[in-house]
Amino acid sequence: MKRIALVGQPNAGKSTLFNALVGYRAVASNFPGTTVELLRGKALVGGRPVEIVDLPGTYSLLAGDRAEQLARDFLTSGEVDVVVNVLDASLLSRSLELTLELAELGFPLVVCLNMLDEAKHKGIEIDGERLSALLGVPVVGTVAARGVGLKRLLSAILDARPARPRRYSADVERAISRVEEVSGPLAEASGLPPRYVAIRLLAGDSSPEGLAEPDLSPEIEAAREELRRARGEDPALVLSAERHASAVRLFEEVAKVGHARVGWRERADDVLMHPLLAYPILAAVLFGLFWLVFRVGGTLEGLLLPPLEGLSDWLGAALGGGLVAQLLVGAFQGLWAGVAIVLPYLVPFLFLLALLEDVGYLPRVGYLLDALMHRMGLHGKSVIPFLLGYGCSVPAVLATRILENDRDRLVTAGLAVMVPCAGRAIVVFGLVGRYVGPGWALFLYVLNLAVIALAGWVLKRVFPGTGPGLILEIPPYRLPALRTLLGKVWLRLKDFVVVAWPLLVGTSAAFALIEALGWAGMLNSGVRFLTWPLGIPAPAGVPLVFGILRKELSLVMLTQAFGTADLSLALSQGQMLVFAGFVLFYMPCLATLAALGRELGWKRTALVLLLTTGVALLVGLFLRSLALLV
Amino acid sequence: MNLCFEELPLASLPPGKAGQVARVQGGRGVALRLARLGIRPGAVVRLVNSGPFAGPLLVEVEGLRVALGRGVARRIFVRPLP
Repeated sequence: MKRIALVGQPNAGKSTLFNALVGYRAVASNFPGTTVELLRGKALVGGRPVEIVDLPGTYSLLAGDRAEQLARDFLTSGEVDVVVNVLDASLLSRSLELTLELAELGFPLVVCLNMLDEAKHKGIEIDGERLSALLGVPVVGTVAARGVGLKRLLSAILDARPARPRRYSADVERAISRVEEVSGPLAEASGLPPRYVAIRLLAGDSSPEGLAEPDLSPEIEAAREELRRARGEDPALVLSAERHASAVRLFEEVAKVGHARVGWRERADDVLMHPLLAYPILAAVLFGLFWLVFRVGGTLEGLLLPPLEGLSDWLGAALGGGLVAQLLVGAFQGLWAGVAIVLPYLVPFLFLLALLEDVGYLPRVGYLLDALMHRMGLHGKSVIPFLLGYGCSVPAVLATRILENDRDRLVTAGLAVMVPCAGRAIVVFGLVGRYVGPGWALFLYVLNLAVIALAGWVLKRVFPGTGPGLILEIPPYRLPALRTLLGKVWLRLKDFVVVAWPLLVGTSAAFALIEALGWAGMLNSGVRFLTWPLGIPAPAGVPLVFGILRKELSLVMLTQAFGTADLSLALSQGQMLVFAGFVLFYMPCLATLAALGRELGWKRTALVLLLTTGVALLVGLFLRSLALLV
Repeated sequence: MNLCFEELPLASLPPGKAGQVARVQGGRGVALRLARLGIRPGAVVRLVNSGPFAGPLLVEVEGLRVALGRGVARRIFVRPLP
């Protein structure tokens, strides 16, 4: 089967296009050897199935952050047959810089001018046929968010051709030939076009695939030095500036710029990014998010829980008291817990988070909180992993790859896993929100933020040094397509349905078995060293242990451990607060640990483990003494 | 040679005003990352506003908005345009 890669700069609408082409059949898989997500799906081209791969957004093939490196390495690994270059038509000039680089890479190429409506809004008119003639590849205009032009794009894939590479200035061309003379064998070994390999070496990028042969470097270095002296700039910058100039010339040949219209999206930032108004608005947005999730989730839970509980009781009575019956009832409890306790909060939460992400508010939060993040020795980009962490810690850990250096990645990941994910939100909402009051649930969230800020302040002193600082594109606001939002929610929900739900059912059954065999006491005394100082009754120990598998389990299994769905009979309000507070911080779940391990290495993962569990104990003790006072 | 005196750090531009990038100080890493977003010598950059609490700058370049931390902005020198 042919493999087609979607390549484009960030915010070009690649994911929307991918969703529109592939629909809900998308599968997330990992880049070889990493946990960086790669979305794959199938579509029909000319009556034959092809695989479509959505690569992370990349500004340039001269890789910057880790996500870009992975995109580039995937392209040069020889696994791709055709490249569909997705361009934001409203930023055509800049987008063409990547197209020119892709031309050097020599793949059969299709240029997809996406967001034509945005371009029109900005008064830009593009002559697609002329662009196609100049580049020598098919050019298709689309508006992916409304499904316009997708059929034409798919059929254009059949006509994909390598693009005509552009020439650089004479002195740069001389330097390229000079490198090419010695790099020929390297290019042959790597299977990449000799000219591309030479340009990359000239730019000083010899990172992967053994492109750096030590005995070649003197000649290459001499060529680089000559160019540097002639232009007074690093060769990589010279090449980039030349491509930029080429792209501008190309743009001027194919596009006419008229009058831009100014609408609400251009004016929104005057308010939403206003130095004074922005912060109350940010607080209101975040508060509104949690309030909505709590209202919707609480209402649904209240509707779903009683009938399902009744059903479980009836099942227990009907089956009698044997071991098999207990197992079945346990499994059933896991099943309904998924429906009645987890989904009501998870679905609205994931939807609202996807909405904030796709409207374009997330990068703005990064801008607004940059100064605050500096107090933790980080910068505004780290906000994005943090916010994603409210959904699930795994994508939060993966999102640290947008950061430029190792230290920032470690500190951000260590702090981001303390952000309460949806699983932990369920413990907070379902236990504290329900029995102690919504105000106390909010209090836990505020406390969580304060502790993270404090931990960040401490980490800044343990790992000194500052990253290069914030450089972040702030894309225009966009009305996301409902289809894309639902696709995103479904992709994240799939993980719950496929992985967590069976786990819920399995562990609930296992727990019933443990109870029936009388082993629960043993396990509980095993973790008494944790529950005792926290002042939590011993039977809550097992739910804490199983929470390492999935955080939601901690709540679901509490009801089993105490044999009642009304937890106010088993725990005091203070104990609930301590329990939820401890769950917020202690040891990340297994999936998160695996992601951490692969992104940061196991040594650093152990460090994160120690940090989070230590913090959890301190927070638990603090809440216990607080509960004594109140 | 007079021009040299007119170069000022990006952050010193009054909000709403534009300037032409004269040079980007510092290593090739930052310069390259800025270049990819269109901030390179010769480019016209408009300061949209600067965040409070010594926060980042919001600039517009080629119709695109970019947030720049203070540390990064300090390395960019511009010639103010009328």
